[in-house]
Amino acid sequence: MIELQDISKSFGADVVALKHVSFTVAENEFFTLLGPSGCGKTTLLRIIAGFEFTDSGDVLLDGGDIAQLPPEKRPVNTVFQNYALFPHMNVLQNVAFGMEMRGIERVEAADSARRMLSQVMLDDFAERFPAQLSGGQQQRVALARALINRPRVLLLDEPLSALDFKLRKTMRIELKRLQRDTGITFIFVTHDQEEALALSDRIAVMRDGEVRQIGAPMDVYEKPADRFVADFIGETNFLAGRVEAGGGDGTGDGAGDSTGGDSSRVNSLRVTLGDGSTVTARSQNANAADLRGAVTLAIRPERVALSAAATPGGVAGAIDEVVYQGNTTRYQITLQSGDRIAALETNAAAATAQFAAGDRVGARFEPQSLWVLQE
Amino acid sequence: MPGFGAWTWVFYIFLYLPLVILVVFSFNAGRSATVWSGFSLDWYARAFGNESIQRATVNSLIVAFSAMTAATVLALLAALALMRGRRFRGGTVFRVTLLAPLMIPEIVTAVATLTFFSALGMQLGLFNVFIAHTVFCIPFAYLPIAARLSNLDESLECAARDLYAGAWRAFRRVTLPLAMPGIAAGAMLAFIISLDDFVITLMVADAGSTTLPVYIFGMVRMGTSPEINAVSTALLAVTTVIIVFHYYLSNSAKNRP
Repeated sequence: MIELQDISKSFGADVVALKHVSFTVAENEFFTLLGPSGCGKTTLLRIIAGFEFTDSGDVLLDGGDIAQLPPEKRPVNTVFQNYALFPHMNVLQNVAFGMEMRGIERVEAADSARRMLSQVMLDDFAERFPAQLSGGQQQRVALARALINRPRVLLLDEPLSALDFKLRKTMRIELKRLQRDTGITFIFVTHDQEEALALSDRIAVMRDGEVRQIGAPMDVYEKPADRFVADFIGETNFLAGRVEAGGGDGTGDGAGDSTGGDSSRVNSLRVTLGDGSTVTARSQNANAADLRGAVTLAIRPERVALSAAATPGGVAGAIDEVVYQGNTTRYQITLQSGDRIAALETNAAAATAQFAAGDRVGARFEPQSLWVLQE
Repeated sequence: MPGFGAWTWVFYIFLYLPLVILVVFSFNAGRSATVWSGFSLDWYARAFGNESIQRATVNSLIVAFSAMTAATVLALLAALALMRGRRFRGGTVFRVTLLAPLMIPEIVTAVATLTFFSALGMQLGLFNVFIAHTVFCIPFAYLPIAARLSNLDESLECAARDLYAGAWRAFRRVTLPLAMPGIAAGAMLAFIISLDDFVITLMVADAGSTTLPVYIFGMVRMGTSPEINAVSTALLAVTTVIIVFHYYLSNSAKNRP
């Protein structure tokens, strides 16, 4: 429905904000642009809104190029980071503003605005001024002011970042509900990976003006495309390894591995760690069978299983530190290979800590979750 | 520190006592500007009945209102270009030169303006005064407007554009009303500056376009009289009212988001 084709943008001579960004967002999708500050996600949003123009590339909405249209000619609305409510207008006037500007009669616009306000549970606040509202209420006015126009796409620029932690969690649920109820396509910008995972249908992970990976939250978390994505979303252990000749066999072997039928693009590899032990890992690289030499392995802390030192199939190591966190216990481990990793065990049943600092343990990596990363 | 309290009193006495004396003796029944001989409004009646004073007052008001309007409009345009528009080459030079008249000695500007007008052969009476006043009022009108605009969140205008308002309507419905306290403050400042100006007006104004301050100066040269006190007190009253308004406006401008 909205399609970005090869968008590039620089500010001045040496600030490159976006490098050849392309993606397509589907009708009724909750699409998130996720990345650290300065990655270009807000610039991208401003390009879609019409506040910035591209150096090259097209922005297609329903097949038509809108890249040269001014903001007021685009069926796109924005919820700004600081809400940008008009301080000299009351809540009702704020919400009705867009309809009024489109030439809808005052009375009718006010009626729609009242209906919209009840949809965001602000019925009683119509006559208030923005300065008299709490942060959460202002946020909802900003949403109402944008949604009342039934835009083809709603752009949200870090809308939750100004709220406190509890309110943020409540507003997340409300955002998701509004998106479902209205059926409007949302493009959401955030640097908060937890927010992105919880809300999105798909996430585009950005860095330095480039899209590094696009996928459903589960894909991005389970199959990170590169080291940056693995590190930025959730917590990840990185291990140094080597792929010896003949390491890739397309199916994987040993360690009770089952490559399963989930994707033909996923290949299994035997990787040798620093201490000479071997593990089975997977790669998204179509040519993984040809991969040789030094690689980086990634595994999430909760996918590391600890056992007593003697258990076969485990990589030997010693526990440095135990942190009891209530629902989970976190172990810091130094492997024999020299890699330092974290393991997260769920305390599903009442139990005492299994291991203590100084214990020698075997760490087993679930082969489904151990990834060979492209650098 | 001890002693400073006394100095403060000295400062206030030198600043305000002459004004107080001026105001008090404008109500004196006698002719003396130093010996009190009873309350009366005679001097006000005489001053307001004086045709020359009337003419000078009308001239002052015409010039002040028109120069205020022109200067405020031009200052608003300059402020929008400098604070809102895309940065352009020479923007800083423009900003500095715009404010320079505040620092240039007024007598220099006055002589230069006079020379310029006579070089052009421009003898349009009050219109000459209006042009000169507009020019030196612009920086005074500009400062509060620019301060107000720089405190305005630029995303408000983006939001208006995003909500289907074209550039002009976004300006009229959002930027202009929000800039209004600054604009009003700038206009009042320009009005006072024009109303009270003496040096430049003395040079530029011909016989028929004398303003009140210039006329008062002329009267003083013939010797003081309570009539001068009365006119000066009236001028002081107008100025004070505007200053109070200006103070109130710039305060409310600060307190609003």
